[in-house]
Amino acid sequence: MMSRDASIDAQDVSVLFPLYHGNSRSLKKLLVAAASGRLAEDQQHRVVVRALSDINFNLKSGERMGLVGSNGAGKTTLLRVLAGIYEPVTGRVRLHGTLNALLDPSLGMNPELTGRENIMLRGLYGGLSRPLLARLEEDVIEFSELSDFIDLPMRIYSAGMAIRLGFALATAIRPRILLMDEWFLAGDAGFLEKARQRMEEMVRAADILVLSTHNDAIVREWCTRVMWLDKGRIRADGPAAEVMDQYVGTPAE
Amino acid sequence: MTIQVSEADQDTVLEFFSGMSLVVRNRFAINDVLGGLRLWRLAWSLGWLDIRLRYRGSMLGPFWLTISTGVMVGSLGVLYSALFHMSLRDYLPFLALSQVLWGFLATLVGEACGAFTESEPVIRSIRMPFFLFAMRILVRNVLVLAHNICVIVVVFLALRMWPGAAALLALPALPLWVADALALSLLLGGICARFRDIMPIVNSVMQIAFFLSPVIWKPEQLGAHAVWLPFNPFYDMLEIVRSPLLGQAPSLLVWGAALGYSAILCGLAWMFFLRARGRIAFWI
Repeated sequence: MMSRDASIDAQDVSVLFPLYHGNSRSLKKLLVAAASGRLAEDQQHRVVVRALSDINFNLKSGERMGLVGSNGAGKTTLLRVLAGIYEPVTGRVRLHGTLNALLDPSLGMNPELTGRENIMLRGLYGGLSRPLLARLEEDVIEFSELSDFIDLPMRIYSAGMAIRLGFALATAIRPRILLMDEWFLAGDAGFLEKARQRMEEMVRAADILVLSTHNDAIVREWCTRVMWLDKGRIRADGPAAEVMDQYVGTPAE
Repeated sequence: MTIQVSEADQDTVLEFFSGMSLVVRNRFAINDVLGGLRLWRLAWSLGWLDIRLRYRGSMLGPFWLTISTGVMVGSLGVLYSALFHMSLRDYLPFLALSQVLWGFLATLVGEACGAFTESEPVIRSIRMPFFLFAMRILVRNVLVLAHNICVIVVVFLALRMWPGAAALLALPALPLWVADALALSLLLGGICARFRDIMPIVNSVMQIAFFLSPVIWKPEQLGAHAVWLPFNPFYDMLEIVRSPLLGQAPSLLVWGAALGYSAILCGLAWMFFLRARGRIAFWI
C-alpha cells in the first residue's frame, strides 16, 4: 500500500497566550470578578500575548523550511503548534505523516535513571513496539559509545557523555516530518564528524523539514525555503537565498 | 542502522482547528483516552520508576510505607478500641482496611492535583495523550496500595479472621475505583493547572473529609444519624470495598449511591476534559 505524501498545511493560525501570572491565576480574583459582575469584562481585558497571528503556509513532500526571526518572534511556538502541543486558538493545522519534534534535548530523560532506562523511556514515549525498542537500544548504545556507562545513572555522566546519549536518542527515530529547534545545532562547530553525518542523514531521510535557527550557513545549506517571522507574523516567505539576503541585510530592531 | 517508523504508521494525520463543535471535541477526547491506553506500557514504566526513584538508595524501599501504615494501624487500633470501648478483634480489621483505603484515596487526590503540572517538560515538548498522566498517577498509587495491603493481610492473619465468600462482593468495586481515580486525575489535574489555589483547597477538604467519614470511627457509632451517611460519597466508596471484606454485603443503597456519585464525577471530569484538553498545554 502506498502511503500518501507527507504534507503540512496551516491556515490562518493564531495563538494567544493568556498571561496567568501572579494574581490573575487565582480563583479569588475570578470569584470576586464574577460576584461583581465583571467576569465578562475581565475576560476581555485579560492580558494576552499574541504569539502567532494569521500564519498561512503549506509544505509538500521534499520541502525544507527554515524559520528565522529574532528571539520571541514565534519560531518555537510555531514548531509547537506543528507538533500538536499547542492547539491554535484560531485557524487550522493539518499534518500528514509521522512526526518527530526535536524541541527539548532532554525530553523525558531523568538523570537518576541509567542510560538504558532512559533509552527505554524515550522509545516508549515514541510509542515503539518491543522489537523496535530493542533496536533503538542497540543503535543508541553503539552510537553514543557509552559501553559500560549505559547501566549507570546518567547523573554521573560527563557533560560529553550526556550530550552523546541525548543526541543519539534524538536522531535514532527517523520520521517523515522532522521539526527541529535550534538547540540541536548549538555548538556544532566542535561537533564530531560522525554526529554531523548522522544528523544530515536524518534530515535527508525526512520528507519535510522545519528548522528553527539563527544560523545563516545551515539555513542556506539545508533549506529550500525560509519563513521569516517577526512578532508572530510572517514577514517574508520564499526561496531560502532570497529571504536570507533580505533577513541578514535588515538590522535588528 | 536507525529506526524507520513502520509503513502502517505513515498515514498518521494530525489535524487541529479552532471553534470545534462538541462532537469534534468529544472525538478528540476519546482519541486522547485511547491513545493513553495504547501507551499503557509507558504509563506503567513511569509509575513504577516514580516509586523506585522515591525510595532510591533505601534498603526497604516502599516497604517503609507498609511499616508506617502498620505501626499507625497498630497504635491507633489499641488507642481507639479503648476510647470507643470496642474489642480489638472487632475494631482492628476495620481500622486496617479503612486506613489503607483512605491512604490510597487521599494520596491519589493529592497527587491528581499535580497530574499535569508535574509533567510540564514532557507536555511542552511532545504531543502526548493527557490520559497517560492520569494513568501514571493511578499506577503509582496502586503500587503503593499493593505494599500497604500487607498490613491488612497481617492483621487478618493475626486475628485468624477470614471474610469468606462475601469478600468476592468487593470485586465489582474495583473498576469503579479505577474509573473514579482516572476521572479525578483528569479533573483535578486540569483545574489545578489552571487555578493554582485549588490544590490547598483540595488538601483541606480531604482533611475535613477524613474526620467526617467513617475511617477511624465505625458507621454504627453514629446510631440513628447513620441514615445520613450515604450522602457522604467517601462513605459509599469505602463501604463497597470494606464491608464485603469484613464479611458483610454492602446495602443496595450504598452501592446505588457509590454508582451515582461515580457517574457524577466521571461526567463532570469528561465535560471538563472536553473543554480543557486543548488548553492544558497553555496552562502549565
